[in-house]
Amino acid sequence: MVVWTLLVFGWLCSSALAQISISAPQDMRVFDTPSDGGGSLTVQWAPSSWDGPDARYQVLAGDAAVTDPAALTIIAEFPGNSKYVKDAKTAWWTRNVDKTWHQVLVRSAKGFEVKDGIFYAVAVAAVQGDQRVFSQVLVASPSPDWFNWNQLNNLIIALSFGGLVFYSISYAKRHEIFLRRIPGLDAVDEAIGRATELGKPILYLTGAHDLHDPSTIAAAVILGKVAKRAALYETELLVPHREPITMAVCQEITKQAYLEAGKPDLFKEDANFFITADQFSYTAAVDGIMLRKKPAANFFMGAYFAESLLLTETGASTGAIQIAGTDSDHQLPFFVTTCDYTLIGEELYAASAYLSKEPVQIGTLLGQDIGKAVVLSAIGIGIVLATVGAVTGAQWPQLFLDLLRDLK
Amino acid sequence: MIFLRRQLPLLITLVTGLLFAAQYYVPHPASEQMLTSATKWLQIVGGFALILGVTSLFHQHAVKIRRQEAGWGYSLVLYVGMLGTIAVGLWTNGKESVEGTMTAFGWIYNYMMVPLQGTMFAILAFFIASAAYRSFRAKSREAAVLLVAAVIVMMGRVPLGEYLIPLSGDVSSWILNVLNSSVRRAILIGVSLGAVALSFKIIFGVERSYLGGGKE
Repeated sequence: MVVWTLLVFGWLCSSALAQISISAPQDMRVFDTPSDGGGSLTVQWAPSSWDGPDARYQVLAGDAAVTDPAALTIIAEFPGNSKYVKDAKTAWWTRNVDKTWHQVLVRSAKGFEVKDGIFYAVAVAAVQGDQRVFSQVLVASPSPDWFNWNQLNNLIIALSFGGLVFYSISYAKRHEIFLRRIPGLDAVDEAIGRATELGKPILYLTGAHDLHDPSTIAAAVILGKVAKRAALYETELLVPHREPITMAVCQEITKQAYLEAGKPDLFKEDANFFITADQFSYTAAVDGIMLRKKPAANFFMGAYFAESLLLTETGASTGAIQIAGTDSDHQLPFFVTTCDYTLIGEELYAASAYLSKEPVQIGTLLGQDIGKAVVLSAIGIGIVLATVGAVTGAQWPQLFLDLLRDLK
Repeated sequence: MIFLRRQLPLLITLVTGLLFAAQYYVPHPASEQMLTSATKWLQIVGGFALILGVTSLFHQHAVKIRRQEAGWGYSLVLYVGMLGTIAVGLWTNGKESVEGTMTAFGWIYNYMMVPLQGTMFAILAFFIASAAYRSFRAKSREAAVLLVAAVIVMMGRVPLGEYLIPLSGDVSSWILNVLNSSVRRAILIGVSLGAVALSFKIIFGVERSYLGGGKE
């Protein structure tokens, strides 16, 4: 009996729903999509009480001269409970309507091209069953923009961090700053000394990337310090490269290091040499150098991929003291297990400061540490806000969370 | 002279550094066009730089052959291999196959280069085993923790392990998704800040040792 009653009730409800008439989309607006590279219009309209999976919306567009919406081309059709402002990848400070509004971008599609500077007529139709109700037809023209306001948070944080770094540098010039011990860098002298005692060369690798990668630049900078000490101790230095431009830069750095050490006559142009850009051919060649020349100290600085273990395990088998430094987090376990010392992530960037002890360099580390403290605080505050938002259902925490979102 | 060797490169670094940093915030097609052009130029410069590399390689091995240093035979093999491949490549217009038939160039690539690369990559499996053997010997507290975590993760990642110890799957996922991910993210935050700080130093000429030369 109960089941029968429920079935009848359900049938009555569905009949009532089917009879709800749809209305034309309200408060529709069409404008050039802000903060974009052009070729796009944004269409927004207010949500309706009948929005649901049964009703659909159609976005129509065409020549600006067309005034009859039915004559326009359908460029998008979707269920009435989808395509909201909140789904778009825009920041809250760039939104001009509530996030519950509908929003669709009109872009070039098959058979319909959107060009900058040309006006287009756009309309929205609400569709349910045989019913089809049109909004008014609006006209707009797309154009490219010179600034992406969605990335304003990123710019502010980048500039703030830059300012912080330079303030830290000026602070470090006036004050003495404590620098924690980095065993991997303390071991640089030990490794070079060992190579000198054994009369064997030092092998230094700058990684898989070219100079567009900051880790390669950091590796090249550390090479300068290592080369200077190798020159002082009159120890042979071998620097095989995977990239010719990096090789040329490292040649200059090594040359200067020998000059600064007062041993320009010991500098060899071919201490830095090119092997190949191919990953495993390079690895095979460097492994061969390790097995034939048996360097007493191996340095692996910069970015690495699958070759990391092939290089370091071969180096370990020759009994060399090995120091690695990389920001390739996926290769860190291999370096940690096979090398005597590993500079983990940011320590690679700190190496230059640590080895030179220059206030300018050390000041940068202070700036980085303050930056990390800020990030840590933001994570802590974000956790609290997200929890408050989830527990109380309040919307305001989301504004702050959005501010921190997508800072890449 | 000092202007050409020091100030001009620093000026170029400053201008291009600021320009391409700003490019990230400018969605205009002109900005995209500038990035595309610069990338193409970099590729062209990189292509020419390869001449530098090949010259270095030939010089290095020519010296070895001339002096008949230890292992000079390998240098001879390199010369034969390289010049032979270039000659065959030019002869076949760089094509690996013509009308379904493999060319000599294709043969060299498919039956020499690819197996050699595969061999190098395959050695990795043995090296992982030997590295794991040395690392997982529980000599210290840290090594013991590493050993236990590694055993749990390995058990949890293979069907047999999860069949033998049903809990290992969940524990393994927890180790990877909670402990491992959080540590990786912490490292990445440090790396990102370090990279940004280094970029600022390079753009504004604070870090200039990559140019060679002293501090003048």
